[in-house]
Amino acid sequence: MRILTGNDLKTGAVTWWTGSDWSLHVEDAVDVTGSEDEIARREESARRVNAPYAIDATMDEGSPRPSHIKDRVRAIGPTVRPDLTLKPADPDIGNWVI
Amino acid sequence: MYKYDSYDQQMVDARVEEFRDQARRRLEGKLTEDQFKPLRLMNGLYLQLHAYMLRVAIPYGTLDSRQMHALADIADKYDRGYGHFTTRQNIQYNWIKLEDAADILADLAKVEMHAIQTSGNCIRNISSDHFAGAAADEVVDPRPYAELLRQWSSFHPEFSYLPRKFKIAVIASDTDRAAMRLHDIGIQIVEQDGELGAAFYVGGGMGRTPMIAPCINPFVPLDQLVTYAEACLRVYNRHGRRDNKYKARIKILVHEMGAEEYTRQVEAEFAHLLEQGVEPPFAELERIRTFFEDPLFEADLTDDIDRSDPDFALWVDRNTVAHKADGYVSAVISLKPVGGIPGDATTEQMHLMADLARDYSFDELRVMHTQNIVLPHVRKADLHALWTALEAAGLGSPNLDTVEDIIACPGLDYCSLANARSIPVAQQISERFAANGKTEALGQLKLKISGCINACGHHHAGHIGILGVDKKGVENYQLLLGGSEAEDVSLAKITGPGFDEAGIVDAVETAADVYLRERQDGERFLDTYRRIGMTPFKEALYG
Repeated sequence: MRILTGNDLKTGAVTWWTGSDWSLHVEDAVDVTGSEDEIARREESARRVNAPYAIDATMDEGSPRPSHIKDRVRAIGPTVRPDLTLKPADPDIGNWVI
Repeated sequence: MYKYDSYDQQMVDARVEEFRDQARRRLEGKLTEDQFKPLRLMNGLYLQLHAYMLRVAIPYGTLDSRQMHALADIADKYDRGYGHFTTRQNIQYNWIKLEDAADILADLAKVEMHAIQTSGNCIRNISSDHFAGAAADEVVDPRPYAELLRQWSSFHPEFSYLPRKFKIAVIASDTDRAAMRLHDIGIQIVEQDGELGAAFYVGGGMGRTPMIAPCINPFVPLDQLVTYAEACLRVYNRHGRRDNKYKARIKILVHEMGAEEYTRQVEAEFAHLLEQGVEPPFAELERIRTFFEDPLFEADLTDDIDRSDPDFALWVDRNTVAHKADGYVSAVISLKPVGGIPGDATTEQMHLMADLARDYSFDELRVMHTQNIVLPHVRKADLHALWTALEAAGLGSPNLDTVEDIIACPGLDYCSLANARSIPVAQQISERFAANGKTEALGQLKLKISGCINACGHHHAGHIGILGVDKKGVENYQLLLGGSEAEDVSLAKITGPGFDEAGIVDAVETAADVYLRERQDGERFLDTYRRIGMTPFKEALYG
């Protein structure tokens, strides 16, 4: 599957296309295969996202898991600062990223 | 240290307001990202893996307590309570909001700081010896020359769109503490027959094609310093490749053109420029020099240090460096606690370091390219009080230049260019050697880690270097041996096939064990490697 990501224009936060809006959580991302360019163009011109691009992902326990480690780190936050990640209480976070 | 005059302040203030307007137009949709990106990069604002990242320039690594407090306040007010000191003697903030960026630049301008030319294909922050003005072995304080070059290169219209970024280092001793020959231009202030001049080394660098800069002129009179630098840049600007960013650095030009031909063209341009009179008046250098006069060192201070506390004695042995004034040392504050993130400092730690600089070091601090902080002028009599305060704040690690004093770039945890994580590897190595007790026996062992070929972690220059690569989507680490950024400069060589994350930590220990087994009296790791070569290490690593 392909999922769409970018950054919030004001805050720079990593965001994911949910089908109708942008979420901070990768598990909200939806498959955009075939329509990624059109959505990216439309959302960027409306300034709802900055520098969007599509990545490969797979379904993992019911939610998308980016295929490449760089995108997994991006989805969660720095692995060396679990206190700054989106799931600070998740003990398996490192395993998910790696 | 240098203080802005009204012209400096006006320039920086005007740039803040210019950027404020640019950011506003971007947020209002009047600028596209393609239009805005080069504008924000000119002000040090990147879009990194998780957020905007702001890189703030610390000219030649020198700052005072007021500025360090301001950096701490920015971390607290606009970021997430910490900053990252870099291998270019700068500081980076990882969680910046675009809507705050102009306010941050305004706060910086209030303490005579900015983020201009910390990105882009221009002359970047000029680096220098972190012990400048304190070192016993320097012929003169190199910082006035670095400052003169900073002023010359700031907003230089001809050099704002070079083929590629450009880095200059200035030192003034035979001991190289600034990786001088691994810069686009390395300048060493030297003394010859009682006269000071500048030796120019041009075409060095790390990155994907590491090269050691050759000396193209051993003695340029100091009243022609800027003119000669301008000639070097002009020849590069004229012939440097713009068709391929991977071949656009001056090192490639000097290599492909040949140092002899490059030098010939520089000398011809230099002769032409001398007629143009581009050199600033010598009086300007004299004016700048007055800002770098020695503080009022006390006379007749004791050199005695009470070493009865063994932990304190170890810190003194490892983290203090000889000073030119009797009764003083330069003290290094390690930002490398065991298992910590190299170069990171919290808001509280930055405030403390600022207070300690005010109380113990004539209000002055330095950022080292090895991602530590220096208090350059500390009375030996004050060392115990200083160490006690550092220890209480987690800043008293006694590990300067040991295997635990690791340079590591932000790597894949923060950087969008990285292929692998650097920081976790550094953490595991420091924990491994702290636990196995080999750090003391290993002595000086400079270990440097980069998360990609761009080499921000200086892996080419490590006695042991580690390069993170992407191997079919999985992090993999190459091991390199034999590099040095110092006066005995050399480029490290790859040992062989790479290792996974656990394997690279084992590999470093294996290499260290080879050294411990093979070393002769007085040899550092690097000396042993140079004597016995790669083969014994490869045999131990790969069987």
